[in-house]
Amino acid sequence: MKYYKPATFEEAVALAAGADGVTRILAGGTDVLVQLRSDIVTPDTLIDIKAIPGTHDITRTGAGGWRLGVAVTGAEMSEHAELVRDWPGVVEAMDLIGSTQVQGRATPVGNLCNASPAADSVPAMIAAGAVATVTGPDGSREVAVEEIPVSPGKTSLAKGEMITALTLPPRGENGGDAYLRFIPRTEMDIAVVGCGVNLRVKGDVITEAHMVLGAVAPTAVVVHAAADALVGRTLDDDALQALADLAEASCNPIDDKRGTIKFRTHTAGVLARRAAQIAYTRAKGDQA
Amino acid sequence: MSKTHVTTKVNGDEVEFLCDPRETLLDVLRDRLNLTGAKEGCGTGDCGACSVTVDGRLVCSCLMLGVEAEGKEIGTVEGIATGEELHPLQRKFIEYAALQCGICTPGILVATKALLERTPDPTEEQVRYWLAGNLCRCTGYDKIIRAVMDTAAEMREAS
Amino acid sequence: MALDSSKTTGFKYVGTRPDRPDGLDKVTGRAKFGADAYAPGMLHAAIKRSPHAHARIVKIDTSKAEAMEGVKAVVTRADFATGIEGEFGNILENVMAGEKALYDGHAVAAVAATSALIARDAVKAIEVEYEILPHVTDVDAAMQAGAPVIREGAADSSVPEGLHPNIVRYYESGHGDVEAGFAEADLVIEDHFLTEATHQGYIEPHACLGTLGTDGKGELWCCTQGHWYVQKVCAALLDVETSQLRVTASEIGGGFGGKTTVFIEPVALALSRKANRPVKLVMTRAEVFKASGPTSSTSMDVRIGMKKDGTITAAQGTFRLQGGAFPGAPCEMTAMCAFAPYDLKHVHQVGYDVMTNRPKQAAYRAPGSPMAAFAVESVIDELCNKLGLDPIDTRLKNASREGTRASFGPKWPRIGLVETLEAAKAHPHYSAPLKPGQGRGISCGFWFNHGGETAVSLALSEDGSAQVAVGTPDIGGSRASMALMAAEVLGIPYEDIRVTIADTATLGYNEISHGSRVTYASGLATIKAAEDAVQKLCARAAAKWGIPEDAVYWEDGYAKPSGPNAGEFEPLHIGDITATMGATGGPICGHFEATPEGAGVSFATHIVDAEVDPETGKTSVVRYTVVQDAGKAVHPTYVEGQFQGGAAQGIGWALNEEYIYGEDGRLQNAGFLDYRIPVASDLPMIDTVIVEVPNPGHPFGVRGVGETSICPPLAAIANAVSAAAGVRMRQLPMRPSRILEALESAVDG
Repeated sequence: MKYYKPATFEEAVALAAGADGVTRILAGGTDVLVQLRSDIVTPDTLIDIKAIPGTHDITRTGAGGWRLGVAVTGAEMSEHAELVRDWPGVVEAMDLIGSTQVQGRATPVGNLCNASPAADSVPAMIAAGAVATVTGPDGSREVAVEEIPVSPGKTSLAKGEMITALTLPPRGENGGDAYLRFIPRTEMDIAVVGCGVNLRVKGDVITEAHMVLGAVAPTAVVVHAAADALVGRTLDDDALQALADLAEASCNPIDDKRGTIKFRTHTAGVLARRAAQIAYTRAKGDQA
Repeated sequence: MSKTHVTTKVNGDEVEFLCDPRETLLDVLRDRLNLTGAKEGCGTGDCGACSVTVDGRLVCSCLMLGVEAEGKEIGTVEGIATGEELHPLQRKFIEYAALQCGICTPGILVATKALLERTPDPTEEQVRYWLAGNLCRCTGYDKIIRAVMDTAAEMREAS
Repeated sequence: MALDSSKTTGFKYVGTRPDRPDGLDKVTGRAKFGADAYAPGMLHAAIKRSPHAHARIVKIDTSKAEAMEGVKAVVTRADFATGIEGEFGNILENVMAGEKALYDGHAVAAVAATSALIARDAVKAIEVEYEILPHVTDVDAAMQAGAPVIREGAADSSVPEGLHPNIVRYYESGHGDVEAGFAEADLVIEDHFLTEATHQGYIEPHACLGTLGTDGKGELWCCTQGHWYVQKVCAALLDVETSQLRVTASEIGGGFGGKTTVFIEPVALALSRKANRPVKLVMTRAEVFKASGPTSSTSMDVRIGMKKDGTITAAQGTFRLQGGAFPGAPCEMTAMCAFAPYDLKHVHQVGYDVMTNRPKQAAYRAPGSPMAAFAVESVIDELCNKLGLDPIDTRLKNASREGTRASFGPKWPRIGLVETLEAAKAHPHYSAPLKPGQGRGISCGFWFNHGGETAVSLALSEDGSAQVAVGTPDIGGSRASMALMAAEVLGIPYEDIRVTIADTATLGYNEISHGSRVTYASGLATIKAAEDAVQKLCARAAAKWGIPEDAVYWEDGYAKPSGPNAGEFEPLHIGDITATMGATGGPICGHFEATPEGAGVSFATHIVDAEVDPETGKTSVVRYTVVQDAGKAVHPTYVEGQFQGGAAQGIGWALNEEYIYGEDGRLQNAGFLDYRIPVASDLPMIDTVIVEVPNPGHPFGVRGVGETSICPPLAAIANAVSAAAGVRMRQLPMRPSRILEALESAVDG
């Protein structure tokens, strides 16, 4: 395994484009090192992008959103009061991953590129409308986060391409997001089901709604019909039931050591209801 | 075999070593620097026995490569005491019997020291969640939590 | 006249809570555990393991590995002794597969190389050709006609004819006429219970550093609960003389029974002999899960009859345990412990030891008992619910007491079950109000405890301090309890005593630290060794004073004349005697070697409050109280620690821990990510009540405390969860999906 620590993304892209065999990008390493240690993936080329200027920065975009460097960790996000105020669901989703120690290293970009169906930050980022900047030999492009993972362990990134930044849109008025996951313990488990909800309201009425489920299909499931079910309504019992039904109907899970199809499907409905209530409260709280 | 030269600081002392890029920081601390306080309980970031700080940030040294230590400041359990004076956490852990076998203790001390540095007055729940990545199989955590809470109180009084 | 310091009250040191002697080492990182040893010229080893649950090994090609730069030795089964039978034969077969790989993770070859990375790469270069065989991992399936046979001829003579060859041992006991007893009952409940295999989950993986020469002399450093046993087994497996192999126990990072046997040590020694260099071998966590010794999974049927007033009229149980691909599942323990808490006129219990394609089970804290309690105490709980009886009063009504006949035969000596039940009833927890969604469960539990071969040596230094050499590794503070007991006898401060875990060359045979025997047996031996030294101290004083030895007695660290008739002499302090001991007869040492047999049994009663989320089936343990008889708590803080640790492991076992095998017979959760032991945020504080009913078999009344604490939790939590959820849970772990399914079928039903 060859280890590189490039000083620029140009250099990193050139290394990745020119490398033979298996190439991995090293940010927090909390997936890469586990796979290395467990003999699941031993990269031929490992490119550590943390020495590239700007990769540790959380900055406000001109439009009022947030740009996250690719080495920004969960801990740094949780400690960023303004980011937490704007996107509490995204930050909580990231914060649920692993231990305090893992939070000190793990990054949302790594979580995204690992392409696990159970990645916690991904449903929340998709619900928030996050966009990844993908840079490759042919330049950079902006790609919706939901288009990055294509199947378990696989991304849409071409050879030589890497994510060079994440952008969260401006929070805007009267919005709120939330992410919940189900695990058997209180900490340290992989999500059996995850659910991110992002709402905007006018008064008590929902004007915009996004719901994304994790760990119930090969990739995160964007429940587009959530908008139809919620927009124009308050979050009353009927709306919650409709949302839960939608969540259950959107599941395409597997039976595995972490959960059954039946349990995942049922729990997706429970989490949809609970996450929506938190997001709704947050969205309305903005008005106060 | 090509090894990488790394210069770093461990517990305030500058150290140099050569390592294979596949070696973790934990491998390097133990096998190259003779600092065996950090333990490998799992090698996958699930148990926290290898906890160290890197530039003040709590991490699992099994989830970081040795080559990534270049230019960093590493803190391990061996650096917690000051000369002959134990850190209050170390004293309280002995006093409270907050360890039975002691294998998780170095990691838990490093982790709780990092907690108290940023949260001098934690709730029991905060301590429990902060330590969720530090597995202890002997104690049921009861005496560990009590030792941490009492240390925090003592350190607040002293400051 | 032998000195006898027996007492159960009036202690000066025993019962106090001083800092442990090894505390500083353990908070500074300098305590040396198994993997912390290094030697000049040391090689690193790694093991090649079978990926198949059951397969014939057709061919092992090690040539590519041997050709690799840095590889110094490769071993297979051919590098071990031949012709070994019985338990050691089973251990050898488990340590390194012969003709067949018997489970996923079974060792088939090993490599020693100049670095751990090279050793790992070399293992990958070993090519093994397998012929895959049908496998079975479930206990009930393994007993059925047509199940794949793990190994022919493994059954012993206890097994009735006509049973499947996978059933390798059979146990049966009881008394009375259970059918007549059931006929007297107002209500009989019979239920089927299942528990999954769990792992001790010690945080320190198995590790060792071995050196063995072609001269047959060796040194071994390893983390173990019993280094004399390791010495004996390794010597046999490598065909060297036992005394030529010196074994030193490292600090041990948790064992709970899982380090009572041998997995990697003979491999390191075989590699060392072949490479002629020291070899270090450390298991990965995945190897620990796949190839050390988890506990048995069980399938159990329990039937109990009760009268309306709570009297149990009869009890019957059948307990089937799988213990992996070798005999040894503790089926008789399960059967014997099942009804031990109760005074029964009619009782009958049967146990089956069944082989499967899983790793060879090892002891786990009261091996076999927790599962039995789960089944039995669940049925008693259900009977109490249906008959409207208080669960503690009902247990008190039927409780075993001194003089009653145990379910497995003997008459009980002085025991403390009633005292734990009364203390539990009086505890504020038992009467505290519950919130909606919460349920309370209680359970009793029993463990035998054990004595075993023990040797202790105590040497006095010129300054009057004492060094004690014991042979039982310090798993959880036993140096402190040994020092307290020695201080009590010698009458010198606790701090003046240094306790060392001696290597195998220093003391006579010491049985493994198991059976909760350390504080009992090594403690007893320490007391006797100290008494031996005190007698010699008294003899020196007598000689100095010119009076008979029996005219001198020992008190608070002084030799004193026993009365006016003995003469008027200034008491002699221990330091005054030891300062001149070289000139008065030589070094003063005490020692004791014996197999103490008076280990007092121990009972416990636990109270648990659990809360169940009815929408997800997720359980939280919100309050927990352990009440247990310790006989005499030598260091109460560490006794509490044992109580709390057992409860925590029991919580994990009850709720989330399990071995998950796929249809391919491979273990799917060989790591702490998916083998879910409780984390700090999962648990409440664990309250403890130490009951002290002295054990007449120990000079200070000590009973072992380490194991009983894990006997009640499975049942207590199941009873609490069943109360909270409103549906009886009969299968462990009570993972959320299982609780939801039970709730659903209760609604459907």
